[in-house]
Amino acid sequence: MFSILRREDLTPTIHLLEVHAPRVARKAQAGQFVILHHGEEGERIPLTIADWDREKGTVTVVFMEVGASTMKFARLQTGDVVDDFVGPLGRPTEVENYGTVVCVAGGFAIATIVPIARAMRAAGNRVVSIMGFRSKDLVFWEERLGAFSDELIVTTDDGSYGRKGLVTEPLKQLLETRTVNRVIAIGPTVMMKFSALTSKPFGVKTIVSLNPIMVDGTGMCGACRVEVGGETRLACVDGPDFDAHQVDWDLLMSRQRAYLSQEKSSVERHQHRCHGGGHCG
Amino acid sequence: MAKKELNLNRVDMPRQDPKVRARNFEEVALGYSGADAVAEASRCLQCPKPACKAGCPVSVQIPEFIKALREGDMPGAVQALKEKNSLPAVCGRVCPQEQQCEKTCILSRQGAPVAIGRLERYVADWALRQSGEAPRTAHGASSGKRVAVVGAGPAGLTCAADLARMGHAVTLFEALHTAGGVLKYGIPEFRLPKSIVESEVNYVRSLGVEIVLDNVVGRTELVDDLFGEGFNAVFLAPGAGAPMFLNIPGENLNNVYSANEFLTRVNLMKAYRFPDYDTPIHVGKRVAVFGGGNVAMDSSRCALRLGAEEVYIVYRRSEEEMPARAEERENAKEEGVILKLLTNPRRFIGDDKGNVCGVECYEMELGEPDSSGRRRPIVKPGTEFVLDVDTAIIALGTRPNPVIPTTTPNLTLTKEGTIVADPETGRTSRDGVWCGGDMATGAATVISAMGAGKRAAADIDRYLRNL
Repeated sequence: MFSILRREDLTPTIHLLEVHAPRVARKAQAGQFVILHHGEEGERIPLTIADWDREKGTVTVVFMEVGASTMKFARLQTGDVVDDFVGPLGRPTEVENYGTVVCVAGGFAIATIVPIARAMRAAGNRVVSIMGFRSKDLVFWEERLGAFSDELIVTTDDGSYGRKGLVTEPLKQLLETRTVNRVIAIGPTVMMKFSALTSKPFGVKTIVSLNPIMVDGTGMCGACRVEVGGETRLACVDGPDFDAHQVDWDLLMSRQRAYLSQEKSSVERHQHRCHGGGHCG
Repeated sequence: MAKKELNLNRVDMPRQDPKVRARNFEEVALGYSGADAVAEASRCLQCPKPACKAGCPVSVQIPEFIKALREGDMPGAVQALKEKNSLPAVCGRVCPQEQQCEKTCILSRQGAPVAIGRLERYVADWALRQSGEAPRTAHGASSGKRVAVVGAGPAGLTCAADLARMGHAVTLFEALHTAGGVLKYGIPEFRLPKSIVESEVNYVRSLGVEIVLDNVVGRTELVDDLFGEGFNAVFLAPGAGAPMFLNIPGENLNNVYSANEFLTRVNLMKAYRFPDYDTPIHVGKRVAVFGGGNVAMDSSRCALRLGAEEVYIVYRRSEEEMPARAEERENAKEEGVILKLLTNPRRFIGDDKGNVCGVECYEMELGEPDSSGRRRPIVKPGTEFVLDVDTAIIALGTRPNPVIPTTTPNLTLTKEGTIVADPETGRTSRDGVWCGGDMATGAATVISAMGAGKRAAADIDRYLRNL
């Protein structure tokens, strides 16, 4: 059992949990993830680590409500416990002094890129961050990412805040006008794919954090296989970071849709229970 | 000894009807009644030099527990059984007795060995029904030494139980959210009910073993950290790693599963109860399982129970060469699984949504024996055909998980990536570290992993007493 010391709503559907997990906190590094599991019927859900405090023994995760399981996690409050919280899993992001690193993040993945930007900065890099959202009301952690960035660019799809447009536009401008030594792009798969396509003509090494469906998360089941450079790799133990220019994006997107119909029925069932079934809470 | 008439009438164990059981997850084999058990037990000749015991990887006191059973001394039977085996309700169900104790039983020469496995199951189940009253084997005096056991599967549970009984303080680290390893994620409910596994795990806990879940040694803490925390010895039994694939085109299409993933979803995450349980699984109407071992049998039988109409086991040799237990093959065939023998897949075919819709195969024939002693399958040219399937399950075994080998200095590995360990003692190249189970041998059986756990426990005990 792992206690939730703090729950915070970053947007109406993006939530933060700070969990007391000293053994995980002791080893956590930027780019790694944990698996949450709650309740006998629950799924094992991978979430990237947004922060940790080795002294307090806590690990912070940020997630968006997208399916029945994340909707269940969203009901957890400060003072509640989560049954299982295992990690840190996966390989940490490679951090060296590359020169100038552009950190691109979209949506709730802002939380994932913050510790990476922090580590890149600490390693002596000049960090330029681009954070993209659909609209102004979904913006969070602007100051937090700004604190670890030499420059910060915010975009919204609808232009309600920052620059109007997608993250790939400022990324392209930076690549055209500056020497960029590395790009880290984390967010929705389609955003990572187009960031990869944007940086590829410039020959700048680009790292993405892949988020295929996982089950055990420890290298045992093979659910999370992805193709990188024509080879099958397991995101949970070989990744989650991979060379963006080598990833088979269409395969990843197809595999992420494998359970779409089941997920839809789960969500409907969950909403029915919450709003009509009387089992909620 | 007076010459006694041999009783060659092995008492059958009732099983669920094949047509009924192929659609439910209830246990297939129903177990002996008390009368059945006594009748079968009375066939035992109580040999002065019992060959059965020698055939058991953990040297269970077979004649002793059978004698107590037939004399009506159930607590005595339990005590004799548990003396050497901490997980008898598991072994009574999943051990390949026909290749071990029952093979060496003197009556097997007459074709009717004592049904030791069924008797073991009967005694073990009786013990589980006695709420906390089951006799405990004596504990050794506390040694003041601490052992970390990594992996709560058959090898780890056995090693931990034995070490606890020897008086050592044992902490068992498990990566998953529940203890049991392959007994929980791999072997299906209808062959090994999870409540039985849970009871056996609780028995190990009752011996004083502390079980720490959600702890991936190699990630959450390293082997070096364990020594830093004051453990005097470490036994590594992390089990199977990444599944092997066929390495043919189309293998990453949706609904092509490794058996590990398929079985983990079904058994550990209880996807067969979706949507009451949150983890989904896809089983279509026509399912192909690739491989010929017990895992292939388990996968095919799960697929039937999940509603598949036709389930094929595609195997490149003939039935004779299949590594699966004869009993499991029979169970699968009775339930309606179709064996597609001397057949090998060439590529998977996908639809426009990225889902598998067929597998192109070709026929094989058997040539000269290969290094495994089995006749080598050879492609018959021009025999390609397409099997329409909407789910495929690849059951070809596993490779060692790299997490511990890559994070632990001074461990010698084989070229396959397993950890080199002395088969007699489990000692690795590193002082204070032992290894057993699949991580040392590659994929093998529950009982061989238990045997490794047992031998390692004995050697760790010797080591700790000399510290």
